[in-house]
This record gives sequence, C-alpha cells and structure tokens, in this order.
Amino acid sequence: MKSTNMLRRATLGALAAFATLASVGVAAADEITGAGSTFAQPIYTRWAEAYAGPSGDTLNYQGIGSGAGVTQVINRTVDFGATDVSVAPDRLAANQLMQFPTVIGAVVVSVNIPGVDGNNLKLTGSLIGDIYLGRVRMWNDHRIAALNPGVNLPALAIAPVYRADASGTTGIFTNYLSSVNLAFGTTTGAGTSVSWRAGIGAPGNAGVAGAIANTHGAIGYVEYAYVAENHMQAVQLQNRSGAWVRPTVEAFAAAAAQAPWGSSPNQDASMINTAGATSWPIVSATYVVVPTNPTDAGRARKMLQFFDWAWKNGQTQVDALHYISLPASVQNRARQRWCQVRAAGQAVWSGCH
Amino acid sequence: MASVAFENSRRFHLGESFFKTLLYLSASIVLITLAAILVILYVSGQNAFEHFGPQFLWLDQWDPVRDLYGAAAPVAGTLASSAIALLIAWPLGFGIAYFLTESCPRRLRTPLGIAVELLAAIPSIVYGMWGFFVLAPVMASNIEPWLTSTFGWLPVLPNEDNPMWFWFQGAPVGVGLLTSGVVLAIMILPFIAATTRDVLLTTPQLLKDGGYAMGATRWEVVTGVVIPAVRGSLFGAVFLGLGRALGETMAVTFVIGNANRMPDGFFAPTASIASIVANTFPEADVGSMKLAALFALGFILFVVSFFVLAFARLLLRQGRMAA
Repeated sequence: MKSTNMLRRATLGALAAFATLASVGVAAADEITGAGSTFAQPIYTRWAEAYAGPSGDTLNYQGIGSGAGVTQVINRTVDFGATDVSVAPDRLAANQLMQFPTVIGAVVVSVNIPGVDGNNLKLTGSLIGDIYLGRVRMWNDHRIAALNPGVNLPALAIAPVYRADASGTTGIFTNYLSSVNLAFGTTTGAGTSVSWRAGIGAPGNAGVAGAIANTHGAIGYVEYAYVAENHMQAVQLQNRSGAWVRPTVEAFAAAAAQAPWGSSPNQDASMINTAGATSWPIVSATYVVVPTNPTDAGRARKMLQFFDWAWKNGQTQVDALHYISLPASVQNRARQRWCQVRAAGQAVWSGCH
Repeated sequence: MASVAFENSRRFHLGESFFKTLLYLSASIVLITLAAILVILYVSGQNAFEHFGPQFLWLDQWDPVRDLYGAAAPVAGTLASSAIALLIAWPLGFGIAYFLTESCPRRLRTPLGIAVELLAAIPSIVYGMWGFFVLAPVMASNIEPWLTSTFGWLPVLPNEDNPMWFWFQGAPVGVGLLTSGVVLAIMILPFIAATTRDVLLTTPQLLKDGGYAMGATRWEVVTGVVIPAVRGSLFGAVFLGLGRALGETMAVTFVIGNANRMPDGFFAPTASIASIVANTFPEADVGSMKLAALFALGFILFVVSFFVLAFARLLLRQGRMAA
C-alpha cells in the first residue's frame, strides 16, 4: 500500500516536472541578450518593454558596466555589448567586432549638500578635477565659495563618488576632466577604469546615484536619466564658451548638434566640451558592439531588427528619459554598416545586397 | 547463521570493496579539487608575480590605465577589516556563549540560541544592503563624529606620505574600513558564539564546582578556571570566524568604499581582495595583466585562508585533547 502511494506521487511529480520543462520550449519568442553600459540601460530597457508587444521578442540586458560588456561580447556570451566609450579599432578587428552608435546621452554632476540647492550650485570642470584629486576637501573651500557668492556653504567634508566597476560613464567623465584639468590628466588620466586619488566607489550608475543620495556632502557623476528619475540635484557647469549651463535637454542637443559624425570610420564622435554658447560640456553617444561572424544568423538579425525598430518607433521613450536621438544620416549609415555582419557567407541584415 | 554465510560470501566482499573505493574516491575528489584550484590560481596569476616580482605583495598601486598593480591595498584592507571584526565579535561572542551556558534562564536558552544562529542564516548581500542603507548613515552622522571628538588625538607611526596620520580622523562619509569591520563582526558573531558555546560546554563541571566551592565569584571562575581550561579551543573558534571574515565578498563590497588605496585611518575607504575581484573581474580581458593580478590576489587570499583554517583546526584539536 505504502509503496503504491509513493509510486503514484513520484509519477505525478515527474509528470509535473516534465510538463513545466516542455512548456518552456513551446514559446516561439526569442530572447536577445545584451550586456554592458548602465549609461544606456534606462533607454534600452524602455525600448525593450515597448518592443515586446509588436515583435514578441524580449531583451535580457545586464547593466554590468561598459568594460565588462565589451569583454562579454568578445567572449561571445551575449548577442551585443554596450559601451559608452568607443572601442579601439584594432581591438574591434582582432575580435571580429563591429561598433555602431545607438543614442546620445549626457553625464551630469550630482551633489547632496544639506541646506544647499545643488541645482543652483556652479562648479567648473577644473575645480571638479581638483575635488577628485583630493586637493579640495571641504564644501566651504574658498575656491567653491568664489564661484558661488551668496550661497551658504557648510563646513562639510566633500565625499567624491566614482564608479567601482569599469565604466563608459567614467570614460566620458575622465575624458572631460583630463581636458580641463592638466593635473588630473597626468595623475589619474582617462579611461573606463582609472586609479582615483580620493573618494569612494560604487557599482553601476545606480550605485553611484544611491551613494550620492545616501551620503551627506557627496558629489558624483551619473547619466542624466538617473538624476531626472530620482529627483536628484545636478550642478551647473561652465562650457567652452565660458557660459554657465544647466543640464537640460536643450543644452544636450546643442552639444550633440556639433558632433563630427562625418569623419570617423567607426562612427564614433566626441561631444565633450563642444563649441556653442548653450552646449552642455559632457555629452556622449553610446555604442553597441556586435560580432561580425555570429553563429546564429536568426538571433543576430532579430537583434539588429530591435535597434532598427527602436530608431523608427522609440522617440517617445527617448524623450521621456531625456536622451537625444541620433541624426537620421547617422542611423542610415549604421544600417549600411550592418551588412558587415555575416553568417554562412550571407549578410544577416535584410536590407543588404 | 545465514548472515555469517553471507558475510563470507564473495558478493559481500565485492560490495564491501566497491563501497570502500567509492568512499576513497569521494575523499580524493575533494583533495584533487583543492589542489587543482591552488594550481590554477597560481598559474593564472603567474604573469603578475613574474612581472612585478615579490614586490607585488607590498606595492600600493592599482592603476588600470598604466597597467600597474600591487596587492598591498587589498591585502591590508582584508586583514584590517577582519581584525576589526574579530576585536568586536570575539568578546561579544564569548559573552553570548557564556550567558547561554551559565546565566541564562532555562526558558530563554533555546530561543536565544536560535536567534543567534539565525544571524548566520541571513544572506551576506542582505548584510551589505543593511550596512549601506542603515549602518553607514548612522556611522556618518553619529558614531564617527563621536569617535573623532573622543579619540581623534590618537596618532599612528608617521610615514613618508603623511607626516602624521590618525586612527580616528578623516571625513566621516559612513562607508569605510570601520563600517566594514562592524558589518563583518555581526556576520561572524554567530560562528564564534556557537563554537564557543560548544567549547564551554566541554569544560569539566568538576573544575567549575571546585572553583565555586573555594568561594570564587562567577567572574573569577570564568577567568581563572574556564578560560585557561579551554584556551586552545577558544582560539580555534576565533580563527574559524576569521576564516569566514577573510573571504566575505558582497557584504564588504557594499560598505568598504571601493577605493583601491591603503587606508589612512579607520574612516577611510579601502578595498579588500574579495571586493576588488568582485568589482573588477567581469571587465578583465583574457590574457591581460589585470586578470593575472586578480588571480594572484585570489591565490594570496587562498593561501592566507588555508593557513588560518589549518591553524584553527590545530588549536581546536589540541584543546579537545587537553580537556
């Protein structure tokens, strides 16, 4: 009696397990996998939510930082890697990768100073570089007070926050600081992962945003969507023309309009410290890196179709998160370059010859 | 009668030797895996050891732009945060264990014991989140300023970078060496308390009764009779906790501040071996010096943890044999 009961239970259990496993294979939808930049994570996930309806395909995107994203696509563990810093052409060639830009965003500097409205605080890029070098340690330092007359700065220690992981946002920010602060350029330098002289590290754009919100006296750099969504305060910066600019979409667009798209073969363009009286000084495109020799042509095509759809139908999401769309000419050139992605001797993208 | 016949039969001997082989295989798989991990860590980190030489162990640099790496900061951070954790958790753990074995009312003994053991069941990432969102602000606004005002004058040996640096001075940002030590202390507390309780229960009752009979107070019995009797095992319990603290990753990564530099004071952010590997491993390319440096750090941590645990086992065994 006991053994028949057990046998019955075991059979039912096995059938249930088999049914669950079998149902997984029933769904025809594909899952595109991507990893990398947390700078672009907000817009990619919003686009993916909107794309799931019309196409039935989902995107599994892991925001692990630009450096790790490129490593993962080199290791072919994901369909595409996302990075905010352009990958060197020889590294792309050596690993059979192709890079194209997807959208433009801005890096802003956020502060958390009790009793001070950070949105009205003015800091020059050179001064921020000195803060991250540990040369300016208190908020009531005379150099900060000189730029902000009338603001009651407290005697509070400055806690600079940076990215603990390899980050394209760090790459953009250190590029900017190196261009405006010579000492910063020679000691810390620019790159996705640098040796910071002062401050604390947090993982991901979300981690930096959390650390700023959690620490009195903190200053940190994040992509603008994180500041907007979390209602944080972002300081005004001085652009190349000497004007004080607030971080607004208009300022980002003014900088993006100056991008030298025509001249680069890999479609990377620097929008840091661009000319223009109203330009925001820290704007950048974010890039997607894909293998030119994918093993699964269908998956590669679905991934390119996702970005094609996002460029055609994703303007609402771009506006909601305060990113800037690429110019149509750049998007068309990217589509032409997608023909480099080939599987079994044929171009994966349907618009190729 | 029939069983004796069975035991002499060939089937029994075959089954017996098969079972023995299986047991030996299982044990040797563990040993082989341990040796394999050690070898792989060393071979993968060899580039870093060869390129930087033995100085790798005490070079204070971590510069990915110029590809210069050194183990001084993560090793110092690991050892310092574990030492702080031990200093806090050891007296607390001993107190809890002594209370549970001696003074605690019988009704409370089991619930309290379970509560302490539940601390061990909390996932370490939850500790990290709690440390970052709850403990760090409390440290920044209350505890660190109080420490600065009370103990800020305590100096340490001057070195060439800082003419004088102080234990308890520095910007009170909340995350840093001290906070990570406190979080680690709470994490290793249940291990120390449970092992110490087991060790205290092995104290011969005759010795304690003798002490009480001679008119010793409870405190005198603890310090004069119990601790000397189980001293070796007590150290062993402590070293077990240390072994756990050395390898702790997620809790430490959240609260240690992730600054790959030597700390200059208790409030300074620093890094531990586990936190630097957790942050940097996903982006280290195959064949790069950064990856070799990370493997070298892993090898150093493995060796240190191995010795700590071996020493703990030795002390525990000696303690039990003496008792």
